[in-house]
Amino acid sequence: MQNARTLFDKIWDRHVITQRDDGTALLYIDRNFIHEGPFYAFDGLRRDGRGIRRPLKQIAVTDHYVPTLDRARGIEAVRDPEARVVIERLAANTREFGIPFIGMNDPRQGIMHVVGAGLGLAQPGMIMTASDSHVTTNGAFGVFSFGVGASEVKHVFATQTLWQRKPGKLRVTIDGTLGPGVAAKDIILAIIAKLTISGGSGRVVEYTGSTIRGMTMEQRMTICNMSIELGARSGIIAPDDTTYAYLEGREFAPRGDAWGKALAAWRSLSSDADAVYDREVEFDAASIAPMVTWGTVPGDALPITGTVPAPSAAASEAQRAHILRALEYMGLEAGTRLADIAIDRVFIGTCTNGRLDDLRAAAAVAKGRRAVVPAFVVPGSGDVKRRAEAEGLDKIFIAAGFEWRDAGCSMCVGANGDIVPAGERCASTSPRNFENRQGRGARTHLVSPAMAAAAAVTGKLTDVRTLAGGVS
Amino acid sequence: MEAFVTVSGIAAPVDQPDINTDMLIPVRFLRKPLSSGYRNYLFFNQRFNADGTPKADFILNREPYSRAKILVTGANFGSGSTREGAIYALLDFGVRATIASRFGPFQMTNSYQNGLLPVVLPEDVVRHLSAQLHASPGAEITIDLPQQTVTGPDGQTYTFDIEPSRKEQLLNGLDDIGITSRYADEIAAFEKGMDAESPWLTGDALEPLVQK
Repeated sequence: MQNARTLFDKIWDRHVITQRDDGTALLYIDRNFIHEGPFYAFDGLRRDGRGIRRPLKQIAVTDHYVPTLDRARGIEAVRDPEARVVIERLAANTREFGIPFIGMNDPRQGIMHVVGAGLGLAQPGMIMTASDSHVTTNGAFGVFSFGVGASEVKHVFATQTLWQRKPGKLRVTIDGTLGPGVAAKDIILAIIAKLTISGGSGRVVEYTGSTIRGMTMEQRMTICNMSIELGARSGIIAPDDTTYAYLEGREFAPRGDAWGKALAAWRSLSSDADAVYDREVEFDAASIAPMVTWGTVPGDALPITGTVPAPSAAASEAQRAHILRALEYMGLEAGTRLADIAIDRVFIGTCTNGRLDDLRAAAAVAKGRRAVVPAFVVPGSGDVKRRAEAEGLDKIFIAAGFEWRDAGCSMCVGANGDIVPAGERCASTSPRNFENRQGRGARTHLVSPAMAAAAAVTGKLTDVRTLAGGVS
Repeated sequence: MEAFVTVSGIAAPVDQPDINTDMLIPVRFLRKPLSSGYRNYLFFNQRFNADGTPKADFILNREPYSRAKILVTGANFGSGSTREGAIYALLDFGVRATIASRFGPFQMTNSYQNGLLPVVLPEDVVRHLSAQLHASPGAEITIDLPQQTVTGPDGQTYTFDIEPSRKEQLLNGLDDIGITSRYADEIAAFEKGMDAESPWLTGDALEPLVQK
């Protein structure tokens, strides 16, 4: 009898070059993305006198340090001299080593995970690495994708391989229909809240079920993106007709004969019916409400109808200490209704929620209303920005008092200087609400794009389902 | 990188769970050259006030912990991003090993790659070690990599697991690219097969994105 395998098993098996006695496997890497961060890897190559084995299997995208205003001025728009050095160094390093490059003046530029998918660079069955943990976004295409530090970037550069121990397997099944006003972001926040931020530790999460099958690629990317916030190695969704329809015709998707051959290979990529997982968890989509985080890890998420938890309600001493610390950092009191928390600022964008679907959802709420706090809208890529403008979304946002900016990572991590001032509270569509992440002393509440827009127009965390006048 | 064989030294109990890489080194320092001294950025927001003065109550600012070679930390140490600057900051501060019941997804690999030893011990053992360090500030821990043991201040010894290949790498201070190079023939043969079977993955289509 042939062993039943999961989708992930099949991809793994296909990429094992050799296996050591200690169980670690040498895996072949099909594509590796980098941003400005791992400049140490290029320095290391030069120091060791090594070259890049397959330059065309790498791709560099400038995303973390680019300004989101004044982009017509090119590099002159970068005010911080050290940031400018880092941006220019990526261009120089990729030129020297012959790596494909999408720099800040390329119309395709944006966040690597948004750019890559948009260009058709995430293809089912591949193994993809990146110098960024949110590369798991690409799991939506049936890609096994995981982040690597600068040393492993260097290893991929030199050998196109990595030594890996095979992770375990967690299946998360989501069935049913989402309620109105409930988004993919709410599902993944509900999953993280239930499983905790280390619930996926050492495992690859496969998302299945009727809710997932009914989702667009953009929604699936939001789900897979935040797999890393479960502490998981990666997240993955089996490819289907939705995937193929999304990919067909994209700039770097296979074409002509190659398309037919690729499609045939991709269609064999699903988990066998009797494949075994190390753990299985099920969710009912209909029971999920719009979510918001109150604390300092993504697992600190609750339905917007809830209240800030009390330390006394904690299940363990460690959790009690965490709640105490988080409440102090966030400036919140136990028992406060989440929908009563006033906010100072809104940020819509990122690799979690910076795609066209996300901007449409936010615009539907913003339309005909007025932001009462500063609100940034930062498209995930130049392409997303142009498509949004073609639909008139920019005009809706601008009319509603939102700032319409250029593509990049922006206020998710503030590397480019787009930061939340100390003590301010930001409703953000980003993936992480860690202490000081959006700026020193910044207080982050993770929400969906529609919920972020609702917060912008009311000035407080707001249940988008109850917004007076409804949503267009 | 520096080889790791046996390390004895002052251990600091940093008990907070879920210490993430944003805490270990805020993003604004990742644009700095290594020569600027990444030790200065370690735990920056917890170690320093907004005006740059040290926070006297932060453990690594207090004697003797400012000379810690080993950190005994809360669970899920180094969660969050892939940023290797977190490892550079720990090493530059003088830390050679971290002990926790669980590490974040990238922390162990990034540590091994740079000669920083991550040791996984059971939660109760980590708590026991931490309690001794609180009771006797400056107490030392010894880590013997060949024997795969941790010896606490009370003399009690615990064994830990490590993959033989990682152990070899650390003991010899090896660059793992050198180890992988031994498999050059296997890689070349595999790659040839992959290029033939899945020609759409060769990356050739990306040639126009290379700067001329």
